[in-house]
Amino acid sequence: MTTLQMLLPELILLIAAGVVLTLDLVTNRQINDRWLMGLSAAGFLAAAVAAYAQRGITAPLLGTQAIDGFATFLKVLVLLGMVLVVLSAAEYIRGYGRNQGEFYTLLLTAGLAISVAVSANDLLMVYLSMEFLSINSYILAAYLRGDRLSIEAGVKYFVYGAVASGVMLYGISLIYGLTGSTNLVSVAEVISRQPTGPSMQWLGIASVVLLMVGFGFKASLVPFAQWVPDTYQGSPTPITAFLSTASKAAGFALLVRVMLVGLIQFSGGWLTILAGLSMITMTLGNLVALKQTDVKRLLAYSSIAQAGYMLIGLVAVPQSRLVVLPFGSLTFNGINGVLVYIFGYLFTNLGAFAVVIAIENATRSTALKDYAGLGRRAPALALLLTLFLLSLAGIPPTLGFWAKYYVFAAAVQINFLALLIVAIVNSVVGAAYYLNIIRYMYLMPAETEEPIKASPALNVALAVTGVMVLIAGLVPGFIIDWANRSVDFVTRL
Amino acid sequence: MDSWILTLITFIPLVAAVIVLFMKKEQEDLIKRFSLLVSLVPLALSIWLAVDYYQRYLATGVGGMAYELKVPWIPQLNSSYHVGADGLSVPLIFLTTLLSTLSFYYSGRTIKRRVKDFFFLFLLLETGMLGVFVALDFVLFYVFWEIGLVPMYFLIGIWGQPKDRPLYSAIKFFLYTLVGSVAMLLAILAIYFQVGSFDILEAARQQPFANNLTIASLAFWAFMLAFMIKVPSFPFHTWLPDAHTAAPTAGSVILAGVLLKLGAYGILRIVLPIFPTAFQAWAMVIVALGVIGIVYGAFVCVAQTDLKRLIAYSSVSHMGYVMLGIGAAAAGLANVGRYGDSMAMAINGATLQMFNHGIITGGLFFLVGVIYERAHTRDLDKFGGLSAKTPYFYAIMMVTAFASLGLPGLAGFWAEFFTFRGAFDIVTVWAAIGVIGVVMTAAYILWRIIQSVFLGEYDPHKIDHWTDLTDYSEKHEPTDMLAFEKVTMWPLVAFMVFLGLYPVPLLAFFNTAAVEIIQRL
Repeated sequence: MTTLQMLLPELILLIAAGVVLTLDLVTNRQINDRWLMGLSAAGFLAAAVAAYAQRGITAPLLGTQAIDGFATFLKVLVLLGMVLVVLSAAEYIRGYGRNQGEFYTLLLTAGLAISVAVSANDLLMVYLSMEFLSINSYILAAYLRGDRLSIEAGVKYFVYGAVASGVMLYGISLIYGLTGSTNLVSVAEVISRQPTGPSMQWLGIASVVLLMVGFGFKASLVPFAQWVPDTYQGSPTPITAFLSTASKAAGFALLVRVMLVGLIQFSGGWLTILAGLSMITMTLGNLVALKQTDVKRLLAYSSIAQAGYMLIGLVAVPQSRLVVLPFGSLTFNGINGVLVYIFGYLFTNLGAFAVVIAIENATRSTALKDYAGLGRRAPALALLLTLFLLSLAGIPPTLGFWAKYYVFAAAVQINFLALLIVAIVNSVVGAAYYLNIIRYMYLMPAETEEPIKASPALNVALAVTGVMVLIAGLVPGFIIDWANRSVDFVTRL
Repeated sequence: MDSWILTLITFIPLVAAVIVLFMKKEQEDLIKRFSLLVSLVPLALSIWLAVDYYQRYLATGVGGMAYELKVPWIPQLNSSYHVGADGLSVPLIFLTTLLSTLSFYYSGRTIKRRVKDFFFLFLLLETGMLGVFVALDFVLFYVFWEIGLVPMYFLIGIWGQPKDRPLYSAIKFFLYTLVGSVAMLLAILAIYFQVGSFDILEAARQQPFANNLTIASLAFWAFMLAFMIKVPSFPFHTWLPDAHTAAPTAGSVILAGVLLKLGAYGILRIVLPIFPTAFQAWAMVIVALGVIGIVYGAFVCVAQTDLKRLIAYSSVSHMGYVMLGIGAAAAGLANVGRYGDSMAMAINGATLQMFNHGIITGGLFFLVGVIYERAHTRDLDKFGGLSAKTPYFYAIMMVTAFASLGLPGLAGFWAEFFTFRGAFDIVTVWAAIGVIGVVMTAAYILWRIIQSVFLGEYDPHKIDHWTDLTDYSEKHEPTDMLAFEKVTMWPLVAFMVFLGLYPVPLLAFFNTAAVEIIQRL
């Protein structure tokens, strides 16, 4: 496979972004918004297909990237997620009128950034892709220029992001100083060759902590997630959906690869830190979510909590390689747990946001009280949101159950009891506020009986996510298979 | 047929639920009739199942797991769609389909609000319950275990009486059960890492952690937390009075009749066979909690002023016998040669109690529904002297209530008899304390229910509006049970009398199961 072929997904996105931008400039504004939306969705879909064609291939790319199962899995997943974001955004953005071309172009370039990020194999590429993604995201968060909340969302995101990336860059420079390289593979080699004296350990841990600030910011881990509630609430809702799924997945991908490929020698240090972060993240996210009265803000806190569960998988990786089971092979190495979790969470959360967008399009509100009586006003939407919320809570037979199942299994395998107990308590707390939305939809009387209908594009997004969450929840075999095959770089460690 | 019958029984209600989902919500009569008629199919199949199992296995003295079907479901996890039934589950499957059909029939007349939603959820619930009784794979078991949660949450929340705090009770029910479920999930995973598959029978064969009491105890308690919350055993019972009181009549019937049995069933199917060593180590704790439940529940009943809440607490007391029986059997493991017979007796008592409590308390909740639909109150102080006004209701209530207190000749007696017969031999002191509960049961049944509702003078000033269910008009006097209410109660009363006089057929089922469990330990 030539370099060009390996870059095909990124090239498709780049071309699509160019075409969308040009079309927006040269064509009549009244007729082109559907075309822009269609083109962007088609671009993402084509890129996803191109990425899927790379499955099974493991190869270095331009010295700074790696095409492997892990990158391909996440690329396909995120690009499909972007298709759903575009479909959900169409009507919402049309409602705000102008600059649709820029909106879709920025989404496409953000997708490009993520696509590069998930396969970044060099610390400089890690940094560049994350900055590229961030700058796109800042603009998208502040896209509603007339809306003060949206401006606040963008500015807050920018300020936190600038600090986080600065701190991360410092961490990268420390690692460069230690090892003389930024390539993750050679970094790992140099570290393993050198005697691990106290200064090495000390600097290693320091750089891990500094890097974690950057990744924690993108993956919304407490305490680096203060920007999340305001940014999620103020951003255009489709962008909130994007930030909480695709963008977060990119953060996780970078965290996983850098820690496991580059800094595995320091795992004794980052293991403890990440386990602690996991506990704080889920606990804080869930507890604060209990009190929310706005669905968008509630889902923001919920997405913080979900990041905490996801971390359990990563925490389990180093020790899971040492576990010897009384039978057969290793099925829970933690990383397949992270992948299954991201898969389940991405489709579930995008589905939930699609419903939120449909309701916001009709009522101009995301307040929880306006969800009262939704079971009567929009039976299909309410049923779907119930499904998505149960999936977020991890109730079988939904996709979200398998996500939790896989990361919990990885922690059970290494007997991490403290983390598991925190996770159990959090699952129950989480169920409480997810059920609270369901309670509003079905058990509270509506103020009006006016029915709510979703646009055709949204209906497609809802159908895809609904089918995925339920059908893949009943027969999750293919996802598990795919995730198992996508963790080759861990088994090579 | 043999390998597919359990699948049919389990999934016919689910298919019906999906069909109901696509019906128009205005077609209330159609939905009601359709649900009732469809529910007759699993009922008929489960009767066939019981007769067939009796003839082919019990009559020939074989017993054991039958009607098994095992197809790969998630091969990546070594988890399969594995179902089967034995002497323990066959009667419980029948109990579930019977109570479900009666609930559909009764609700067809009494549910007026959001009919489509009600029957959709109820059908979904039936599949969830039946699935738990047939599942022989942990993942499958867990999925069915959780499926029942959501419909029950809605049944309590939507159709509960506003003054009973249905929203609070529903979420309490849900979260309590979820705590246990998640703990159970972790224990299931722990077993998987030892056994290498999710097969329940395989796990029972291998008995993981048999030589590591610490981990075995952790897993044991994780499962017990889930099951004891569901049973519910003291001190995890506090969700029950709220949920049972708030639920609509059919919901309470299913809660008391079937859902509580899921917990006891889980203990007998999973915990006792898989963790006998840990169970034996903790047996006295389980026995103690069972006895505390019996006595405490009975005392609390005496203090109730709300008829439905009283019956709800009586479940805490009655399910205590189940825990006592199972706990005593586990304690007997210390010396199987000496206690073998008593252990079988104790398990027989516990399982008989599961079935009989389903029939009897299910009936009691229907009867509470009968009076509540008329009086719109359940306050015991408001009643009195109804025996003269509603003689039919009085007669049915007498039979059911006496069955509940364990009068010889009615079904409840045998369960208590076997439980105590088994427990006295193994845990004498605790069994003796448990007898206090039997006395107190007589007190609350006779004094609180029979005396304060039916005896004495009828005082027309206490409740001046009685609804006449024939045309929903207001009357000044209570009217007796209508045909649909009688029909609902007849099968239950018939079972109470028949199983009281001749418990042998039912015992035959449970005894093979009990003997088999003990032999395998």
